[in-house]
Amino acid sequence: MSPLSRREFVGAGIGAAAGLVIGFYLPHKGESHKDSFSPNAYLRITPDNKITIVVARSEMGQGVRTALPMILAEELEADWKQIEIEQAGASTLYGDQTTGGSASIRTTWDPMRKAGASAREMLISAAALTWGVPRSTCTAEAGHIKHAASNRSLSYGELVAKASTLPVPSDVTLKQSKDYKIVGQRLPRLDSLAKVKGEAIYGIDFRLPGMKHAVLARCPLIGGKVTSIDDKESRKISGVTYVGKIGDSAVAVVADTVWSAMEGRRVLNVGWDDGPNKDLNSGAILASLKQAASKKGATLYAAGEPGKTSGRHISAEYMLPFMAHAPMEPGNCTAHFQGSKCELWAPTQVPQDCRDSVATAIGLDPDQVKVNVTLMGGGFGRRLEHDYAVEAAQVSKAINAPVKVIWTREDDMRCSTYRPASLHQLSATLDGTGLPVALTHRIIAPSITGQKGQPVPNNVDPDLPDEAGPVYGIPNYAIEYVMTETPVPLGWMRSVYALQAGFALESFIDELALAAGKDPLKYRLQLLAKDQDLPYFTTTWHTARMRVVLQLAAEKAGWDKPLPAGHYRGIACFGCFQTYMAEVVEITMENSQPKVHRVVAAVDCGQVVNPGILEQQIQGGVVYGLSNALRAQITIDKGRVVQGNFDDYAPLRMDETPTVEVYAVPSQEPPTGIGEPSLPPVAPALCNAIYAATKKRIRTLPIQS
Amino acid sequence: MADITLRVNGSEKQVSVSPETPLLWVLRDTLQLTGTKFGCGAGLCGACTVHVEGNPIRSCSTPVSQVANKNVTTIEGLSPNGLHPLQEAWLAEEVPQCGYCQTGQIMSAAALLAKTPKPTDEQITQAMNGNLCRCGTYERIRKAIHRAANGGAR
Repeated sequence: MSPLSRREFVGAGIGAAAGLVIGFYLPHKGESHKDSFSPNAYLRITPDNKITIVVARSEMGQGVRTALPMILAEELEADWKQIEIEQAGASTLYGDQTTGGSASIRTTWDPMRKAGASAREMLISAAALTWGVPRSTCTAEAGHIKHAASNRSLSYGELVAKASTLPVPSDVTLKQSKDYKIVGQRLPRLDSLAKVKGEAIYGIDFRLPGMKHAVLARCPLIGGKVTSIDDKESRKISGVTYVGKIGDSAVAVVADTVWSAMEGRRVLNVGWDDGPNKDLNSGAILASLKQAASKKGATLYAAGEPGKTSGRHISAEYMLPFMAHAPMEPGNCTAHFQGSKCELWAPTQVPQDCRDSVATAIGLDPDQVKVNVTLMGGGFGRRLEHDYAVEAAQVSKAINAPVKVIWTREDDMRCSTYRPASLHQLSATLDGTGLPVALTHRIIAPSITGQKGQPVPNNVDPDLPDEAGPVYGIPNYAIEYVMTETPVPLGWMRSVYALQAGFALESFIDELALAAGKDPLKYRLQLLAKDQDLPYFTTTWHTARMRVVLQLAAEKAGWDKPLPAGHYRGIACFGCFQTYMAEVVEITMENSQPKVHRVVAAVDCGQVVNPGILEQQIQGGVVYGLSNALRAQITIDKGRVVQGNFDDYAPLRMDETPTVEVYAVPSQEPPTGIGEPSLPPVAPALCNAIYAATKKRIRTLPIQS
Repeated sequence: MADITLRVNGSEKQVSVSPETPLLWVLRDTLQLTGTKFGCGAGLCGACTVHVEGNPIRSCSTPVSQVANKNVTTIEGLSPNGLHPLQEAWLAEEVPQCGYCQTGQIMSAAALLAKTPKPTDEQITQAMNGNLCRCGTYERIRKAIHRAANGGAR
């Protein structure tokens, strides 16, 4: 999702602080000043030579607790071994703390570098003053300031007191990438040891003294409400201490242990008002998308006049279903309401939104709500919602005691927010050589932001500028968006609309290549042959960068080399979150189903901060994308989500997982997103491979429906 | 409620819980061993994998009464002194992303290596296929198991 849309979403309370994101917060001058050097909110150096870097984004597996400190440590000229990290909770010091839109590195690259560089310059000044030598004769290196001429050296810890008295420079020189010692290194993640030992504390592991546990019975029908509660049986369960309505559509069962709460819920009888959606089903939802397709859409991108071209006309429609994030750690949050304040320990991607939404829900001011951010067992966008936090605060208020709310897997599957179902209409006009002189891509889908009651200026969902841009320099090229509505709760799921747009476009390009009788790689390279800048909202896509990425993937996959008998491959490329990706998928067909053997992924994401984390993110994204392509589907029947657990919503397991090779284009451009861009090319490359194997074109996901 | 004796990570524990309580919640809530994770509650994801008498079981679907007086090993007790070779290999291969499923993965892998010190790819897949990972770390898990089986070398 777009950080911009989130910023709007979070609201005015945070907006006032947004400017601080690149500013340097000066901590209060006071007693702590002598004991530590903290020229900005990201950094604290203490006399014991410990460097604490504050991570103001949430760690859900993507590596921010390692990668973000690396950026600051680089400019600081710190010794990486000195670094300790501290997780920021909801704050007013760091601007928008939303973790989403593959934005953590790309939006904190500048502030983290400046934070490190300004501290470095102050430490140099402190040493120069101490020694009475010119600043220019002092250098920073590995946690020390050195004066080569006199062979003197002071550690950062030794300079804390002096540096703290100096003014923070308003302008600092940043290092050149050729001088990087930390950025670009494959440094091990700082959080791995605790994770393999079972010592890492996730939200679900957090514990307060005297804490109760709660599960909620939520209406199984979308939009339904509680009409009656019979808790006689629940209260017979040993350990159950409270049963009560939370909001309009849920009943909380509180107990001394999680299991007692679950048992209490199992025997609870709730009467439901089915609400307005009791006849809703997936078929009707897809039909409504088709119906809406005749509406005029908002223009996302326009080059030339696709309607006025002549030649061979080709068109196709593609559909994608609702999907669920299903992170391994189910939803949970611990809350402690204490009259005029409430503290939360939340596995959240939106600490500030949790703070504000909780405040509204329980009648406090935002500054009376403290949100601590825990480690997260995956997020994939699910934890961009605040539902679990609001529930925990409401239950804690109701029982006036600390409580942890836990969602079961079935709760997570059935009461979630979902990647919106979408329809894509593509049409093209081919010239005599088979190349498109015109291409129109119409995206028909509900707006996630719109459904949440937030503004959707010009009927363009605010995520689309990051996720549905042009790839090719086709002279007459239109991308349109038709906004629809659905009662099915919507959420931002890893790569959001890019997954949909990429599937449709890159499947269609393969269809065009086939119609033109051309190799799918060569066809794409021809479309990218000319260096062109394609402006799209605030981004400019460069055909040259996509071409290089596509060539790299093809070369590493051995596109020109023959495959073993029975093996087939497909290729696709797409750009989102300012990153360029291309992937080659190699398959065999077994019992009419594709078996994926190998995926070669090439990426241009600008400067790579940590190649190890980059590889992890892309390998994981490809596997996630394969799960989406092959089986991920949430269906609705009689107003209820059908799927409930990992049997009927079945992600990839080891037996289906291919080897995934990752190649990055060397670059000194500013870093762009890596959490999500590997997903969109997966499904089209796979379906293109399936076509190569079977001559059957798949236009509806999931493949194994 | 019943008084049940467990032998967890080598020490005897008395718990007073209803006998059908899944072992998972006794470990997590009663004994505060939170390295064992809740993922699905239905034996479908393997995040809750522990050893009972050396065999990998899904603690979310195992009533505590079934393991009374038996030896239960959790991730916390896998290698009381230093890291288990699998944990070393997990670090060397940089397996964890979110890390939530990894303790269950390691427990499944440890049970495999205890019986099959040099597993083939096929044996690894068979032993590990019940463990889900939404971060998609499967290939690194496979490499890490081979590495551990190979005395820490690739």
